Amino acid sequence: MSSVRLLVGTRKGAFTLTSEGNRKKWEVNGPLFGGWEIYHLKGSPVDPNRIYASQSSGWFGQMIQRSDDGGRTWKAVGNKFAYDGVPGTHQWYDGTPHPWEFKRVWHLEPSLTDPETVYAGVEDAALFRSSDGGLSWTELSGLRSHGSGPRWQPGAGGMCLHTILLDPGDPQRIFVAISAAGVFRTDDGGRTWRPINRGLRSEYIPDPTAEVGHCVHRIAMHRSRPQVLFMQKHWDVMRSDDAGENWREISGNLPSDFGFPIEVHAHEPETVYVVPIKSDAEHYPPEGKLRVYRSRAGGNEWEALAKGLPQRDCYVNVLRDAMTVDSLDSCGVYFGTTGGQVYASADAGDSWSAIVHDLPAVVSVEAQTLP
Amino acid sequence: MIRVVLPVHLRVLAGVPGELTLELGPGATLRALLDAIEASYPMLRGTIRDQVTQRRRDLVRFFACARDLSNEPPDHPLPDLVLAGTEPFFIVGAIAGG
Repeated sequence: MSSVRLLVGTRKGAFTLTSEGNRKKWEVNGPLFGGWEIYHLKGSPVDPNRIYASQSSGWFGQMIQRSDDGGRTWKAVGNKFAYDGVPGTHQWYDGTPHPWEFKRVWHLEPSLTDPETVYAGVEDAALFRSSDGGLSWTELSGLRSHGSGPRWQPGAGGMCLHTILLDPGDPQRIFVAISAAGVFRTDDGGRTWRPINRGLRSEYIPDPTAEVGHCVHRIAMHRSRPQVLFMQKHWDVMRSDDAGENWREISGNLPSDFGFPIEVHAHEPETVYVVPIKSDAEHYPPEGKLRVYRSRAGGNEWEALAKGLPQRDCYVNVLRDAMTVDSLDSCGVYFGTTGGQVYASADAGDSWSAIVHDLPAVVSVEAQTLP
Repeated sequence: MIRVVLPVHLRVLAGVPGELTLELGPGATLRALLDAIEASYPMLRGTIRDQVTQRRRDLVRFFACARDLSNEPPDHPLPDLVLAGTEPFFIVGAIAGG
């Protein structure tokens, strides 16, 4: 019988939430790494017992933890993230040059084919790869050195590489997104990179259509159609049908097109989910009503999904890595909030219930669908 | 024998319930002590000092014999009472951030 395991990263530790495939009764385990910030955990698609976790602390720095038994036991692996060569500078908030300094790992993306290979998106923005199960890390420095790096600037949350999408159809192609630089793509396995931000418009930067400088909050794809990308930007929900070469807005009838997560249904490539929040200055749902919005048309036409979600006095946020889907039929959708709730829908978003109410602020949620 | 007291998060990480004890030669320095800690407990690499620059992490401090040794040059010898195991060497996480 199939089951689902959610890997939940919070400000004060990690939790695993497990359920049978009916997704009615959940078991909560944790905290793991209590007191540490867990930005992200993710399991290998080819070996779900292999899970990587980013554990960090403002005091004690970055750790990478690895489990080989589905999260029951963990082992600290390599945590040396050294930029390749002389790191150089990016722009600071005031536009002055600022040296690249490693701060933390925001996102871990295991390889689609090899459990020993995993990518790490870090702050200050760079991409690292490990081919030995996380023991050692090497920067894919072509990303920072392709030319636009000195013009990158941090967003309010820091200059982080937060999204890594591996193309299921082309092992040489990787997409990454950086706040506040934009989206970048490699077609040669990470050796060379270029910005792919044509069509983005950001009124809050000096040149609203600049090649780089856009605060992309997250991008998502359906594995059956990797040339189609969806984006939640600082403002605007966007779509590309040509692997990021061109973007167009699909915000349509959303009550606000500001938000952080964006996710795609596991079986319907045109079904997309976002969680609008009021504005860049007010990071909570409009009208105090927590609503997921779903488009079944690939954007522009959105419906509010509110059944089971709080519809008054709700002022939580949903961070960029805190929404995910499982691959059961019907598709399960999950998200965690800064208020510590993790909500689950076993019917593609039609109805919701809280698995837990009172975790620390949730930073990330990933789903593993287990046989 | 040198006695080292770690902050709770690092004790948990290293899997040690109490003080660490390490054998170092006469005149051992702070650098030698940190090298020995990291050699015995590799999971602590990068948590006390940066692995690239070797600088003490900003919110970590060192105390022993009622003195703040945080900014002592890393190649100065440790205090005699620490080297003798009479006084512990404290590695402390700064009280900051709530």
